Order: sequence, then C-alpha cells, then structure tokens
Amino acid sequence: MVLFVLSLVIFSLVLFLSPSERVAVFVSSPDALQNISMEDLIERYGLDKPFYIQYANWMSGILRGELGWSNSARMPISKALSLRIPATVELLLLGQMIVFFGGVFLGTLSAKHQNRFLDYLIRGITTIGVSIPEFIISIFLLILFYVTYDMFPPGRLSLYSTDVVYSKGFVAYTGLHLVDSLLNNRIDIFLDALKHIFLPSIAYSMGGLAAMVRLMRSSILENLSRGYVDTARVKGLSEKTVINRHVRRNAILPSITFMGMQIPSLLGGSVIVETIFNFPGMGTFIVTAAQGLDFPAIIAASLVISIMIIISNLAVDLLYGVFNPLMRAA
Amino acid sequence: MIKHPLGVLGLLIVFFWITVAVLAPVLAPPQDFSHPYMILRYGFSSLPLSPSEVCPWGTTSGGYDIYYGIIWGSRTAFIIGLTTVLFTSIMGILIGGISGFHGGILDEITMRIVDLFMSIPFLIAVIVMTTVLGKGLDKIIFALILFGWHKYARMMRGEVLKVKKQAFILAAKSMGASPLRIFFKHVFPNSIYPVIILMSINIGRMVLVAASLSFVGVGAEPGFADWGQMLNFSRNWISGIPGHPFHYYYTYLYPSIAIFTFVLGWTLLGDVLRDTYDTQRPD
Repeated sequence: MVLFVLSLVIFSLVLFLSPSERVAVFVSSPDALQNISMEDLIERYGLDKPFYIQYANWMSGILRGELGWSNSARMPISKALSLRIPATVELLLLGQMIVFFGGVFLGTLSAKHQNRFLDYLIRGITTIGVSIPEFIISIFLLILFYVTYDMFPPGRLSLYSTDVVYSKGFVAYTGLHLVDSLLNNRIDIFLDALKHIFLPSIAYSMGGLAAMVRLMRSSILENLSRGYVDTARVKGLSEKTVINRHVRRNAILPSITFMGMQIPSLLGGSVIVETIFNFPGMGTFIVTAAQGLDFPAIIAASLVISIMIIISNLAVDLLYGVFNPLMRAA
Repeated sequence: MIKHPLGVLGLLIVFFWITVAVLAPVLAPPQDFSHPYMILRYGFSSLPLSPSEVCPWGTTSGGYDIYYGIIWGSRTAFIIGLTTVLFTSIMGILIGGISGFHGGILDEITMRIVDLFMSIPFLIAVIVMTTVLGKGLDKIIFALILFGWHKYARMMRGEVLKVKKQAFILAAKSMGASPLRIFFKHVFPNSIYPVIILMSINIGRMVLVAASLSFVGVGAEPGFADWGQMLNFSRNWISGIPGHPFHYYYTYLYPSIAIFTFVLGWTLLGDVLRDTYDTQRPD
C-alpha cells in the first residue's frame, strides 16, 4: 500500500519532464531509438494518454525489469542498479551491525559505570558524535587514514580485486563482496573489501552509534530500577548475570525500534559518505544522476530506495519478534 | 544558566554567528553591492592560493576567497535555517494541531500521510526534488519545507492529544468556550514547548542538509556564498601534494569549522531547552 502511493508520487515527477525526456523513462537502450520517429515513440509508449495509462505502462515495464536508460551511467538502469544495490546493502548491513553491537556494548558499559570516569568519557564522546555532521567526519577520516597514513583507500575494491571479482572463476552469490569472497575461499579479496569498506562504514554509523549508546544507557538505567532486578539479585545471581541475562534483554527492545527508525536517515547519509569515499553505491548513483539531470535514473533509484526501506523495516519487525517473546505469541 | 555550561556555550556560538551575519558587509565588504552573495574571486585558476595579505584565509579552487565565503555564508545559513524552520513549524503545528484536536477520520488520514513522509529518506528526497526544480537557494528551501514539516506535525499531534485529555480543557468546554478559543488559548500554549526544542535543533540540521546538497553539487548555484559549496570546491585538494598531506589545509578546514560550530551551537541550545523542560527524563 505504502509502495503503491510512493510509486504514484514518484511517477508524478515524470510529469515535470518534456515528452522527449519522458521517453527515456520507458526505453531501455538507445538502440531501440534507431530509425524511429518521435511520433511513433509517443504512440508506442502512450505518452499522450492520460496519467493513469502512462502509470500502468510504466509499472508493467518495471515489473518486467525495464527501468529505462540512464544517460549518466551509460547503461540500462536495471543493470546499473544491479551493480549498485549490493554495495549500499553491504554498507547498510555493516553500519547497522556497528550501531547495534557497538551501541549495546558501550551503552551497557556506560550504565554499569554510572557517574564514574568511563561513563563521562563515553557520554562526552557520544555528545560530540551526535553533533558532528557526517561529511565532516568522513573528510577528516579520509585525511587522517588515507592521506596521512595511506591505510584505508577510497573506492570499493582495488584494481586487482576488481579483476578477480568480475572474472569467470569468481561466483557472485549475493553481490556483497564481503560474503562472496568468503564463499569463494578468497581471504585476500575479503581483506581488500574490508579495507575499503571500513572507513565508510565507520563514518556512516557514527551518528547512529552515538544515539544508540545514549538510548541503551538510559534504557538499562531505567530497567535497573525495576523489581525483577532485585528478585534476580536476591536469588543470588552474580551482577554480571543480572546485567547480561536479565537487564540487557529487556533494555534492548527500544533500541531495536530505534534501528528501524534510523534506516531512512542512514540511507540518506549514504549519499554523502559514498560520495566522499568514492564508494559506488546507490548514493553516488543518485548524485551523479542528479548532477547530470538524468531523470529516469533518479526516478528508478528513488523507487529502489523506498523498496529497500520497506524490506529493512520488515526485517527489523521480524528481529523485534526474536527479541521480544511477547510479540512472538501475538 | 550556570547549571548548563554547555547551553551557555551554545548560546555564545549562536550569538557569534548572528554577529558575523549582521556585520558581514563590514567584515568583508563586497566589491559589487548588487550581488553581495557571490564570493569574491581572485583569478580563475583551479589551484588554491595559500593565505596572503590580500586573502587572509587563502582561496579555494576557482579563485574564490575563503574568508569572504565564510562570512557571507553565515547569512546564507541563517536564511536557510530560519526560513525553513519557520515555515515547516507553522505547517506542522497547524496540520498536527488540527488533526490531533479534531481527531477521527481527519486524524487518521493525516497520520497516514505523515507515516509516508517518515519512510522517505530526507536527504535523498530533497536531492531528487532540487534536481527536478533546478538550482538555487529558493528551490532548496522549498524542497526542505516540503519534506520537513511532518516531524512537527507528529510531535504537535502527540502533545495536543496529551493536553486535550486534561481537566482544564473540560473546564473551558463547560464554560462554553468555542473550539477555536480552546485550541488557541488553552491547547496551543500548553503543547508548544517540545516543538520549540525541535525548532532549535532543526535550524542546525536544516543548514547541514542544505550544505550537504551544495556539497554533492545539486544545491546553490556556483559561486554562491555557501559553506557546503566551499567544501565541494576543496574536495580535489584534500590529499595535498606528495610529501605534504596538509598543504591545502585551508580549503577544507575553515568551511568545516564553520558548519560544525553552527550546527553544534543550535544542538546544544536545543539540548538544554529539553533538559529544562523534561526533568522526568533519566539522565
């Protein structure tokens, strides 16, 4: 339902375009335009028909995987997207993992040492982390680690690994280089991919991580004052068991919700981070398309992004069920 | 005041930038008073010039004077921040307030629309919108307003729902007050405070998003005094020259500091406003 409304909204952007530009949304290759007049094209794709017929045409094209031709990427959009989506998914998954595990760990640590040195240190860092903009973190990480120490290069893979990944012997199972390289038993490629994705994922998750640490900390402190904690302590459980097995399990629930809520902002942040680190994902695709006024690419990319958000929201909902037995019963 | 040293810091930063913005014509007199927002240029060379007496902070790629750009960029930042926040908050307060106050089917429809907006990545939506509309400050502001109002609407609705249940509303109703009067005299003043906090934080955030837009090259037109664009100009120079990684430090350092402090000032202010309001929150 949400997808339907969004696709309508996105398609209505097409109406901003002149008919000749609009053709690019429908045609998947410039070869199809040989020996054909504008009138034929308008007729074939029904560009003079009312909105809903054009929408139906467009939708049926999308369901067949025809998204049009991207002028800025010089290839059909569906092909460009199939190269770009895994990169962003990889970044998103890694970023969410950093946010989740880092947030839970540091938040618990901070709550355990409440109002002592470690707590103040973590809270101070997170306060700064929340207010530093992504692109300033990214630029300074790049300057620090790449320019000064030549440690983590931008891009997604080095030239050698790119050759290997797109060679015949390398089976692309998922398109995620980190997973594929392990499935193909190529540790060198894995390390290379990790080296390239390390800085972007840090820069990408910094804001979310800081917010997560704060949330986790206050959630644990809130849970510590509940009755069941006293019960557990009275039973003679060690403090470690009380925190790890009892408090943390309850305290983790709001952070799962938070992870779902921050997905749109993470994807938005990917635009900046990918641009700075020259990481070929959806973000850079949208930026190059926007700079080249490549409307078909932008429209397709917006649709893909909204689908990605819906899928990841679903994943978070399922995750919520795993962590909360009450939800599983319902 | 003394209890919140960070809030004082935030206030000082904000006052500093207000002063800079107000005194811009004095601090950096423009050559052509009809176009003060176009950054002064010293030649058209793509090579940045290091700081000298003519241009105290050096020039960025394209001969644009960095000092001039930072000073006049503060005005751009205030224009973007204040206009978008003013319009988005008014829209959000009206839509959220009416929807929460009225309830029923109207509320249901509005909230579904808000949900729709919540699931769109803000930055990407704004990039798409500015691409469709074209370059320029007014277009950025329009796009920011179009995709920024829903947060206020959601927050305002929540507050109105909370306030609506309280006894003094019932008292006002029983005295025969009209719904309009109840809304503006009783509900509105009691539910506005969280929105003000959000406004303070959002001024910084909106400036940040606008800077990001200019940074990726879809925002303000080339040469417009805008911090994000100045960072964009510096992008090819952050690697320095071989052996001297920080050779062109001035091209990215000053714009970054400007953006960072501007955002930080408003965020700190918002944090303190929230702390004074929300005393129940476990710290």
